Amino acid sequence: MFSIGLGHYLTLAAIIFTIGVVGIFLNRKNIIVILMSIELILLAVNINLVSFSIFINDISGQIFSLFILTVAAAEAAIGLAIIVVYYRNSGTIRVEEIDKLKG
Amino acid sequence: MIAHSIFFYFFSLIAIVSAIMVTASKNTVHSVFFLILDFISISCLFIMIGAEFLGMIMLIVYVGAVAVLFLFVVMMLNVAQQKNEWFSARESSSHIPIGLLVSLVIFVELIIVVGGWKYKPELLNSISLNISSELTNTQSLGNVIYTDFIHLFQLSGMILLVAMIGAIVLTFRHRSGLKRQSYFKQISREKSDGVEIVKVKKNEGVKIDV
Repeated sequence: MFSIGLGHYLTLAAIIFTIGVVGIFLNRKNIIVILMSIELILLAVNINLVSFSIFINDISGQIFSLFILTVAAAEAAIGLAIIVVYYRNSGTIRVEEIDKLKG
Repeated sequence: MIAHSIFFYFFSLIAIVSAIMVTASKNTVHSVFFLILDFISISCLFIMIGAEFLGMIMLIVYVGAVAVLFLFVVMMLNVAQQKNEWFSARESSSHIPIGLLVSLVIFVELIIVVGGWKYKPELLNSISLNISSELTNTQSLGNVIYTDFIHLFQLSGMILLVAMIGAIVLTFRHRSGLKRQSYFKQISREKSDGVEIVKVKKNEGVKIDV
């Protein structure tokens, strides 16, 4: 309980990952919140990589976490640009009303 | 050790609660604020565990750039008043139990993996990039990232460039009825198009047709 090991960090990452997945599944109103949930999922993956890197004393996990950070920033920029363009064209970003592809 | 565990539980509690609030909050602006809080507490955890460079980079990149980007978009699109409701949406009753079930299964699977997992015995001998105790975290990252991982590093730079150009191209708007400068027209203009030399007769003046 009082000695924090790898399992604690992995459990924290699992909880945050699951919260992100729940946010994607249950959110029906706002697509920006879905993007934020994706950020949460990537954050959980980062926690996993960093804690493994520290606990087995190998630095390559932190480097991969850095690259995941880069990709997450790029993804947020592109996703928000797509949302802005979609809002300009259709006037809404409610998840329920985005049905142009009839999926 | 006790202090370490107390800080771990404190930061992880804040992180989990704010992650829940990100998805459950009614106002999108509040969601962005809780996302910022989540990133800050996770980066405190990173600094505590010994990955200082990554924690600081996370503060800069996520809190300084991504979260502010989210805030700008939320304010620009005027969706803050659009309520973010889970359970009152129409026709939403069918997918909520299944979504909860699937995410519960994912969580249980992750916990099972965490519980029943072991290192492969050869792993600890095969580590090549040891974290040395003399160098700081930033120094040891810098030793590796520009030598062994230089191609990945440049590739991530390319990804950022593509994302920047993509965001600009996507949000660029052509408005009609706006006078714009056209370099091609300016440069390809010649003397014969622009100037005409006319002999002016006495007492008649020049007829100008535009």
